Amino acid sequence: MADTLLDVRDLKIAATVYPPGEKPRDIEIVHGVSFTLQKGKVLGLIGESGAGKSTIGLSSMAYGRGGVRISGGQVMLNGRDILAGNEAGLRALRGKEVTYVAQSAAAAFNPAKRLMEQVIEATLKHGRASRAEAEARAVKLFRKLGLPEPEKFGERYPHQVSGGQLQRAMTAMALCPEPDLVVFDEPTTALDVTTQIDVLAAIKEAIHDTGVAALYITHDLAVVAQVADHIMVLRNGAMVEYGDTRQIIEAPHEDYTRALVSVRSIDHEEKRPTPAPLLKVENLNARYRGTAFDVLKNVSVELHPGQTLAVVGESGSGKSTLARAITGLLSPSAGRISFAGRTLSAEMEDRSRDDLRELQMIYQMADVAMNPRHTVGKIIGRPLEFYFGLKGAAKRRRVIELLDEIEMGEKFIDRYPAELSGGQKQRVCIARALAAKPKMIICDEVTSALDPLVADGILKLLLDLQRIEGVAYLFITHDLATVRAIADSIAVMYRGQVVRYGSKAEVLAPPFDDYTDLLLSSVPEMKLGWLEHVIAHRKMESAGA
Amino acid sequence: MTRIPLSALIGLALTGIYFFTAIFADLIAPYDVAEIVGGVWEPASSQFLLGTDGIGRDLLSRMIYGGQTTILVATAATLLSFVTGSLLGFTAAVMGGGVDQALSRGVDLIMAIPTLIFALIVLSVMPVSLPVLILVMGLLDATRVFRLSRAVAVDIAVMDYVEASRLRGEGRRWVIFHEILPNALSPLVAEMGLRFIFMVLFISTLSFLGLGVQPPLADWGGIVKENKDGIIYGVPAALAPAVAIATLAISVNLVADWILNRTTSLKGGRNG
Repeated sequence: MADTLLDVRDLKIAATVYPPGEKPRDIEIVHGVSFTLQKGKVLGLIGESGAGKSTIGLSSMAYGRGGVRISGGQVMLNGRDILAGNEAGLRALRGKEVTYVAQSAAAAFNPAKRLMEQVIEATLKHGRASRAEAEARAVKLFRKLGLPEPEKFGERYPHQVSGGQLQRAMTAMALCPEPDLVVFDEPTTALDVTTQIDVLAAIKEAIHDTGVAALYITHDLAVVAQVADHIMVLRNGAMVEYGDTRQIIEAPHEDYTRALVSVRSIDHEEKRPTPAPLLKVENLNARYRGTAFDVLKNVSVELHPGQTLAVVGESGSGKSTLARAITGLLSPSAGRISFAGRTLSAEMEDRSRDDLRELQMIYQMADVAMNPRHTVGKIIGRPLEFYFGLKGAAKRRRVIELLDEIEMGEKFIDRYPAELSGGQKQRVCIARALAAKPKMIICDEVTSALDPLVADGILKLLLDLQRIEGVAYLFITHDLATVRAIADSIAVMYRGQVVRYGSKAEVLAPPFDDYTDLLLSSVPEMKLGWLEHVIAHRKMESAGA
Repeated sequence: MTRIPLSALIGLALTGIYFFTAIFADLIAPYDVAEIVGGVWEPASSQFLLGTDGIGRDLLSRMIYGGQTTILVATAATLLSFVTGSLLGFTAAVMGGGVDQALSRGVDLIMAIPTLIFALIVLSVMPVSLPVLILVMGLLDATRVFRLSRAVAVDIAVMDYVEASRLRGEGRRWVIFHEILPNALSPLVAEMGLRFIFMVLFISTLSFLGLGVQPPLADWGGIVKENKDGIIYGVPAALAPAVAIATLAISVNLVADWILNRTTSLKGGRNG
């Protein structure tokens, strides 16, 4: 076809692995993937971590990251095989015909240079425009991407703009050389939902207006559904399904795709509040040492035995600080926390062993929440030994029971955390918390670092355990889909305050306050045209107001 | 563990030989350490493999006994400096605040004074015996170990698993020995090799200056001192201990390099 831009044929990618204690060996991580991309179209690559989506995306620039190399197949860009080219040929290609937008813009910008310098760098290097032309082009892109003061925006340094603005500046950087193809590698994953929607809309409009083709890599099907014309679903380095966006979302052929589409459809019946709350937080204020700024302002929430309170908000809203104050890691400057009828001491050191035992915590990053030099048996066994004095065979028996409860089993008892998958690590952390027989567990973003299907499994496990053990959860998250799935009551936090609090039905039903409305409407929905609908709705509202 | 590079193998072998001779000096040395067996500065012969020293003692025997003293003092001082330095460093990192400030600034103060001069002053007023030598060297060197172990532990102390153990109610002892120590061990072990060599050089310097190991005991620094005048007459006796110090230093460094490489390449892995 004349208008084929990128034609990838039977792409194979290999990497060298260094298993400890064994000889390094080569493994194939992408097994013969083929696809084509027409000029001006957007292809979404979707899959969980390790599916090979970034690796495939980067192969369109003939680039292998971190010891990865392309071991077979062809990558035809504009009709020529770029894998056959030498280093100089590739350098002429990268940043001119193909550009790249990375996930973490904050890490991708040089903090010592002004934004304009960096945005036009590739354009100048490839001699695609004079400095004046390039700067004019950049300003035009800044305006198109909705950045504030487009004429002056380029004079700022990376630390002077927000994360969402930086991500848009990076998109401008990629579009400035007028490439044929842009590779977007999870460009909105690190952003808050309320920011993500603006960046997403800006990217979509810019792609549309410039007529550039794009590979859009993400793990979030709802996001890719808004921007892509076609979607390719990947798993373990092989293609699962390929089709146009409508077909993938509305009529997926493969079971795996169906599971991705229907993720977070957990049934959960909301429980009624009981007369005696387990945890009662009253008028809590907190600030970090040496600062005069209250991170928490007058926060009051309640959690009932055996129920789940979801604390929702974007980063910086104070939701993790609330957890730290409840655990005693940060002593509040004012307010009262009572737990199971007792008033908790402000300082963790002053709390009784039972107070500590009955209030457990699970962390976001399971990797760093477990000592890498302890075995699973020791990690789960320590609370048993510490709180209940279990030793030897009795301890081992209980550890195995707990391993069975988290659906892992005895064979994991002697493994180290490095030998577990992400989901298994989080399960072990859950078992460690359960070992203490707690009345309440604080779950701090426990699923945000996990792939959707794995996260689903963890949520189901948590709900099952709640049913069996009657444990209450304080569930901190920025993900509203998770909240819908598991919460009994919800507290929405914004800038250190609880702006909306009540049962799930109350909080999620109109009329909304402004912030909750913004938050709820920003969560990507798994349907076509959602983005346009929301943006149009918001424009109308702001025009009306 | 399957593949040990050649350089590390050579280092391991040489270090092993030195420690073996040091431990079994009594069985290996052909003559007694203070026994006068021949003429002054006799050249190497089948009777005296390295010749004799300035007053006619067998140089090889003195080298072997000297090695025993040098390695004993260096090993003991290294262990002392690691135990005190790392315990204080971990404590400073875990407790933070005033305790950390007091310990760190105290260490800064000691480090501001050149170690050798500090040691010379202390040893000039104290009776010079092996325990005193080990104590002075070990405590002075502990300041360096303190710095390293505090830096390593500060990084580990902010990890969620340390927070999780504090939330459980664990005491400081558990946090230091079970959470921090296993994760800080690799860099400390690598550093230990280097510090051991500094100890060998340190004791040799002190003995050369006359404030280290005292006669009738022998050590490598002392042997250099006793035989340095021979160099003027073309007698190479002073070179033997110099070669011994150099080869021990290099071989221990080869091993330390290898350990350091392994730890950095397997960062976070349990085999590191």
